[in-house]
Amino acid sequence: MKTQQVENKYQAVMARQAEILGRASGIDYDRFRKGRLVVDYQALMDSTGYSLGQIAEIQSRCKVGQTPLLELKNLTRLARNLAPSGLGARIFVKDEACNASGSFKARRASLSVWESKRLGYRGVIAATSGNYGAAVAAMAAMQGQRCLILQEVYDSRGLGQPEIVEKGRACEAYGAEVWQTTVGPELFYTHLVLLEETGFYNASLYTPFSVAGIQTLGYEVGTEVKELTGRPPAVVVATHSGGGNSTGTAMGLTAAGCEETQLVAASVDLRGLNMASDRDFNRKSFTTGHTGFGVPFLTNPDRTEVPYNAARPLRYLDRYVSVDQGAVFYITQLLAELEGLERGPAGNTSLTAAFKLAQEMPEDEVIVVQETEYTGAGKHPAAQLSFARQNGVKVMRGPSSLNVPGEVIAIPEKLSDVVYQEIDLQRIRASYLRGQLSRLGIGDETELTEDEVTYLAAETRLSTEECLRLLVTCRN
Amino acid sequence: MTSAAGPRRRWAQIGLVVLEPEERTARLPDDTKKVPYYVRVRGFLQGEANIGDIVTIETLIGRSVQGELLRIEPAYGHSFGQPIEELMEAGIEARGLLRSLEGER
Repeated sequence: MKTQQVENKYQAVMARQAEILGRASGIDYDRFRKGRLVVDYQALMDSTGYSLGQIAEIQSRCKVGQTPLLELKNLTRLARNLAPSGLGARIFVKDEACNASGSFKARRASLSVWESKRLGYRGVIAATSGNYGAAVAAMAAMQGQRCLILQEVYDSRGLGQPEIVEKGRACEAYGAEVWQTTVGPELFYTHLVLLEETGFYNASLYTPFSVAGIQTLGYEVGTEVKELTGRPPAVVVATHSGGGNSTGTAMGLTAAGCEETQLVAASVDLRGLNMASDRDFNRKSFTTGHTGFGVPFLTNPDRTEVPYNAARPLRYLDRYVSVDQGAVFYITQLLAELEGLERGPAGNTSLTAAFKLAQEMPEDEVIVVQETEYTGAGKHPAAQLSFARQNGVKVMRGPSSLNVPGEVIAIPEKLSDVVYQEIDLQRIRASYLRGQLSRLGIGDETELTEDEVTYLAAETRLSTEECLRLLVTCRN
Repeated sequence: MTSAAGPRRRWAQIGLVVLEPEERTARLPDDTKKVPYYVRVRGFLQGEANIGDIVTIETLIGRSVQGELLRIEPAYGHSFGQPIEELMEAGIEARGLLRSLEGER
């Protein structure tokens, strides 16, 4: 088996990717394509064939969902103390760490693994350094499927990110085979080799099943806040990486009748670090939920291991903000010390943004942080900051302005140092549109059909007129 | 320890080069381009072997993978790290502020 693997060299395997991915997905993506650009996104999502009720039932059988919605009264109190009189929304958090495997990713994995079994695959593969690996492994264990997880862990010295090392351990705890790679985009190549070798189902984060599984989270948030307060949450904040979290949450909120709820995505600011660099890899203290994934996945969602990414956050987001690594560690500490909830740092990215956003909202409104994640050895502020120090990153107290990704982590000196930076969605939309024009190999919007403009408008959450105006500025 | 089924199988970690530097994709930063694309996998060692030997392991899902033996009975070495005084101080400050807002006790 292995000699065959050595001969599967890069170009030969990459050339077979459509065939390999097709066999591993059970989805005929071409069925949803309408010409060179347009994809019937709604039809693709509907093709899962599972209603929201059926998804909730499958998840319930898999020990997933119906997590507690907790009010963070002490953090709210501190936010109000900083806010002008009358401002300071009530901060709630959905304690997703209570799902089997310890994160909201179990919602996505439960449905993917269920589908793999229904289609008759013997096992599942997922390429992920995040909680999704443990989620797929746990769901596979529960449903009697074999599981193989592929994760980017080590630099060339063999030094592993503690957060990812822990996730590798968790995958093995649930009985999965784990492939731990060094830094590089060839993760995709290895993924293809393993899919071909095993014939397993590609439990990608980006299939319609994976995204559909998150709808229940948005739905629970919407209905629970309405029951509690009599109206929908004013704002929901989601930690943003590949985009599935915000996409599925938005769909669920809509299903719960919360169309007016504002959806804010939040990422840790790692701008300036190269995600494919062997050196930079261990100079970051967050391995998910950061701008290194968040921005490129907004501007080009189809940079994935599926033919068409079902996570399309630009269709749903109202705002996108970034926060510093130091502020997230600080808020993680406060969540433990003021609220008695010790939860993993990466999932608290959205809570960090929410702490500041709450100060700008009326005090009778509700802001919901839609996830927490488990914490543990390696996946903990002390572990991650110790690792940062060992890798030459300076850790100190100081305002947000002192943070330099890969160089300095500044832990806020005071609560008012917890701030966010607005990322201009209009610029992201322009970048998305420029990318689409260039992929089509056309110079400007006059070469687009009416259907194509309508599609791009939906993709960017603009009216066709607004989209056309923006397209004019994107001419190649 | 042995049992009726034979000697106890030993858990091990192997490593294998997936792509040599010259086989890697062209679009890489210089530091990454210089090193091989390498993977580590854990499983039960088949037969007796020394560190550095090419061996076969059986993974937790029963698949065989071949590579260089790196470690026998590898421990999970990750921990909760060193104390981070900056965070501990931050916690004390926030709890103090909350107490002061409730009226000093």
